[in-house]
Amino acid sequence: METFTVLSGVAAPLARENVDTDLIIPIPRLVTLANVDLGKWAFEAIRYHKDGSENSDFVLNQSRYRGAPILIAGRNFGCGSSREGAVVAIRRLGIRCVIAPSFGDIFFNNCFQNSVLPIALPQEEIDRLMEEARTCTSGAAFAVDLEAREIRTPGQRTVAFEVDPNRRQGLLKGLDPIDTTLMRDGEIAAFQDRDRKARPWIYG
Amino acid sequence: MAAQTLFDKIWDAHVVTDLGSGMALLAIDRHIMHDLGGGRGLKQIRESGRKVRNPDMVFAVPDHAVSSEPGRTSETTELSSGYMKLLREETSRHGIRLFDLGEPGQGIVHVVGPEMGISLPGSTVVCGDSHTCTHGALGAMAWGIGSSELLHVLATQTLPQTKPKRMRVTFTGRLPEGVQSKDIMLYLIGRLGAAAGAGSAVEFAGLTIQNLSMEARLSLCNLSIEMGARFGMIAPDDTTLEYLAGRAFAPKGALWDRAVAHWRTLPSDEGCVFDREESVDIGAIAPQITWGTSPQDVVGIDGAIPDPTAAAGSSRRFEMETALRYMGLEPLKPIAGTPIDRVFIGSCTNSRIEDLRQAAAIARGRRVDARVTAWVVPGSYNVMKAAEAEGLDTVFRTAGFDWREPGCAQCAAANGEVVAPGERIVSTSNRNFVGRQGPGARTHLASPAMAAASAIAGSIADPRRLA
Ligand code: SF4
Repeated sequence: METFTVLSGVAAPLARENVDTDLIIPIPRLVTLANVDLGKWAFEAIRYHKDGSENSDFVLNQSRYRGAPILIAGRNFGCGSSREGAVVAIRRLGIRCVIAPSFGDIFFNNCFQNSVLPIALPQEEIDRLMEEARTCTSGAAFAVDLEAREIRTPGQRTVAFEVDPNRRQGLLKGLDPIDTTLMRDGEIAAFQDRDRKARPWIYG
Repeated sequence: MAAQTLFDKIWDAHVVTDLGSGMALLAIDRHIMHDLGGGRGLKQIRESGRKVRNPDMVFAVPDHAVSSEPGRTSETTELSSGYMKLLREETSRHGIRLFDLGEPGQGIVHVVGPEMGISLPGSTVVCGDSHTCTHGALGAMAWGIGSSELLHVLATQTLPQTKPKRMRVTFTGRLPEGVQSKDIMLYLIGRLGAAAGAGSAVEFAGLTIQNLSMEARLSLCNLSIEMGARFGMIAPDDTTLEYLAGRAFAPKGALWDRAVAHWRTLPSDEGCVFDREESVDIGAIAPQITWGTSPQDVVGIDGAIPDPTAAAGSSRRFEMETALRYMGLEPLKPIAGTPIDRVFIGSCTNSRIEDLRQAAAIARGRRVDARVTAWVVPGSYNVMKAAEAEGLDTVFRTAGFDWREPGCAQCAAANGEVVAPGERIVSTSNRNFVGRQGPGARTHLASPAMAAASAIAGSIADPRRLA
């Protein structure tokens, strides 16, 4: 997996709450048997007009935010369906960090598997970051530093954030979670042996 | 030992290793795969040179991509044919139990797991689908996972997880006439919001819950994810045990007795502490229906479409205006009487036999309005057979409903059964998101009784008037 250490770039403000994963990537784009570039269809319903032209109201269609690697969003981002395609889609669009007051739990977990960093911060801090993202000079960079667990803003502010230490290590080193767990196969076998005696009905 | 919650007891029993800082490697008891993720996942495992660690703990069932057309086969659509081929090949390669089309056990994964006795109290159940919270109604710890986590479970039969917060919602009051578990859950989501349960495992408790049937509990827990909670659960009790006894994969004989003895210890202890407690009185509520594009956008059937100008805060106002524009609705008008084009009775929320009975009670001897196309899609092969044995299919057909084959069908339109742009549908499913049932589709979530009543009226209707 790709590593994540320090990410610098433009932050796009998407001031919308409860952005669900159906909105991030609609299911017809996911289920086709063909190979589709999910990045092209990320946020389809709000990114394009019905005739296929771009909707300039959508923040990532505006020239200063196009290709932004950081997204600042409203509460409960990524709620709804478990589709990991939602993370893949925004990742393909170039987003590697989403900052929001809260996230859909499954989306949040899926991020780490795709080298995307979700950061939860209090609403007041999100409001301040959105304001900076809107008003800073075009192209001014934010830096998300996973090593130091802080965001540095164009306005010279430093905002600390928390991230689970295991997840952080995984991202910093680009570890494959399956490999990490397989190293504990002995513990898993021991657990199952014990558990088979305690709860035999589970093992059939 | 300190008083513990239902959730904590199940969590603790599944910790393989404590990973520190609130994270643990958890053992997974049951992994159920559906057609969209199952075949692909198994193929990826094989191609990566890994093995499925415990194939006998994994089950597979096609539901999302299959057609619901009467007489369907896997070849009915190109899409389903592709997914079925992969699923059949890969499950047989890996020695995984598949419930194929036309077999008892085929159906929507969240109908099948409980119905077949695969999901059990005190067990950990995962599936690559967010509505896995449904199985929590049995007193299981059940949650939806992503496709990378799915590979992780296949390869290791475990998952690293961060322990969620514990929340309890206690319902009080007697269920009013004509109000179903779907209604009380929509009402709750309307009151607390679509993010209320984020980061939490929610236990539903109280006399109201204890008096609910198992099927009603499954519908209720199904909607936990719509309040943001990955886990929704109800303590196992006599109702749970009666439901599970004799199910195909439930333990039998002496093993059943041992299991029951264990399950009896699971309910939350007296005096245990939750991070958040809510109490909701449902004694006076009306049947509920959504008006917007989030399950929290809900009103009673006797209510009016809300007015965005009365919203608290400009961002909520904007959200409401956007939702009403998408839905093609005007503020302050009564929601009842809004003309509709379609009705969908089905999905993992409301496609079990009791749901179909409730809808049939309304449909019996009546006719679907000429302007409406109404579908009934049983949740599983077993539900379909049970309904047919009771003659419910005849009731529906005579009334002008389409009686279809088990699967997810129009719920997420993953099988191509889309609602046309601008069409208005009353749906017993769980998500009214923008484009969920097809681009531009306008979804109103409601109970099976209300959906049936609306099909007959040709507009959103109060089922209590027809009962
Ligand atoms: S019925 Fe709908 S919500 Fe349930 S699993 Fe199928 S697509 Fe998902």
